Amino acid sequence: MLKITNAVKIFNKGSVNEKIALDNVNLEMAEGEFVTVIGSNGAGKSTLLNCIAGVHELDSGNILLDDKDITRMPEYKRSAYIGRVFQDPLMGTAFDMTIEENLAIAYARGKPRGLTPGITKADSALFREKLACLGLGLEDRMKEKVGRLSGGQRQALTLLMATIVRPKLLLLDEHTAALDPSIARRVLELTDEMVKENNLCTLMITHNMKAALEYGTRTIMMNEGRIIMDISGKERESITVEWLVEQFGKKGGVELANDRMLLI
Amino acid sequence: MADIFKSATELGIIYAIMALGVFISFRTLNMPDLTVDSSFTLGAAFSATLCVSGYPVIGLIVAFIAGCAAGCITALLTTKLKIQPILSGILMMLALYSINLKVMAGKSNIPLSKILGIPTVFSPFYDTKLDRYIALILSTAVLALIIMLLYYFLKTKFGLVLRATGDNDKMVRAAGVDTDFTTIVGLALSNGLVALSGALLAQYQGFADISMGIGMVVIGLASVIIGEVIFGTRSLLRRLIAVVLGAVMYRFIIAGALELGMPATDLKLVSAVIVALALSMGTIRDKVISLAGRQAAMSRYKGGGR
Repeated sequence: MLKITNAVKIFNKGSVNEKIALDNVNLEMAEGEFVTVIGSNGAGKSTLLNCIAGVHELDSGNILLDDKDITRMPEYKRSAYIGRVFQDPLMGTAFDMTIEENLAIAYARGKPRGLTPGITKADSALFREKLACLGLGLEDRMKEKVGRLSGGQRQALTLLMATIVRPKLLLLDEHTAALDPSIARRVLELTDEMVKENNLCTLMITHNMKAALEYGTRTIMMNEGRIIMDISGKERESITVEWLVEQFGKKGGVELANDRMLLI
Repeated sequence: MADIFKSATELGIIYAIMALGVFISFRTLNMPDLTVDSSFTLGAAFSATLCVSGYPVIGLIVAFIAGCAAGCITALLTTKLKIQPILSGILMMLALYSINLKVMAGKSNIPLSKILGIPTVFSPFYDTKLDRYIALILSTAVLALIIMLLYYFLKTKFGLVLRATGDNDKMVRAAGVDTDFTTIVGLALSNGLVALSGALLAQYQGFADISMGIGMVVIGLASVIIGEVIFGTRSLLRRLIAVVLGAVMYRFIIAGALELGMPATDLKLVSAVIVALALSMGTIRDKVISLAGRQAAMSRYKGGGR
């Protein structure tokens, strides 16, 4: 499904601030695989996601999505196949437009956008049904502006927008990090439901070690631009959060005391 | 007095077309576009030149197209060459000054007055029963048509992403849309409307002048903001109508100030002050509220008295 080969990304090349963000990363994901990504700040997790999404272009290496080379494809073209939810709840929606209008924009992903009406009656009914599935009562507020929603509601909406047209790949960049713990929990559950229901190939960055093991089918750990651990299947089922933290200290050589990692 | 009222309304309606253009760049694309100052004159220049050749209606159409082209170039400077939006607008404003003079065949003023017998869209109705009202009727008809088309357009699939571009361009790209393209279309449409407004104004007031566009972007902003503050921003239709009412109100404020004896040369100063006040209204209100809150708390603390 997704195949990344020898991906290299260097920021500020040739200057004193040169930073190797991705150092020969290789990653292959199968259809329906749900990978959680952990690693300290600056490990290259977000850079990896941004390179897949096309926000940054790779310096070398290539990215295949469904056997199609997307390495040099502009961000907006890749978005036809890739759904994204960002860390900042403000990033995923247009705040001055209604819930319905936001969904309509997402629902037209990958289709031509001409001068036909933006929202038909049938669209409206579909949006209402999908919003009801979120269980947040948003189906009765479709004409309200998104600016009036809470962070958690926005992330749930963004999640729906990212999956309303089935993407080939779903990228989640710490999408619950800015939320209250209870709401974060709910958004994570929703994420899990949607991924399972649509059998989506998903890459989720998280700072929450427990969530990294609890959700998904495979976990990778990154450090200094490399993937330093990759576990799945039986091996992953037997792992505890404590073991993961220990590995993190050993393999990454980083003390966790001053890190942002969550161990809840 | 009634005449002042009438001409302020007529001017307000013509300027409202320009203000709708500014609404598109400033509000839906979130980009203060200074091209407006020159594309307004560009429209007037084409309109006046074609009137002199005997084609007033074609003059309006050509003006709109020329405005669209100007907006396209500004957008290309911003999106493809990555020049800051404000600077792109300033560059286009400067470049268009020379172009406008070329369109006007090197003259800085083209008169279209009744006495010269040059046709305008209004001239067939001179000395008929409609003479007194034709300016109001025609410009209102044009404005109503534009609002209808614009309202429909902004609700289409493409219109939705155009509106979202100014809100959150990252989200628009994540939805698979080229934000460069939406910016180009938005600025083209915006400047097309501005030029059309200038074209209509030239035929209405009976001349095109090279300096008639100076400060136009400020007048447009003033209209948009006055409209929003007084009439609200709840729905799209309400926003569009608020812009029109804002433009008319602005004309009334100016007409009132002139009537009270303000010299016409102070107009631009007054316009700038109105916009500065309108833009800072939110901040000033917050400051006043927090100051009032603090004083109330203080007086409670001191047991009422000061």
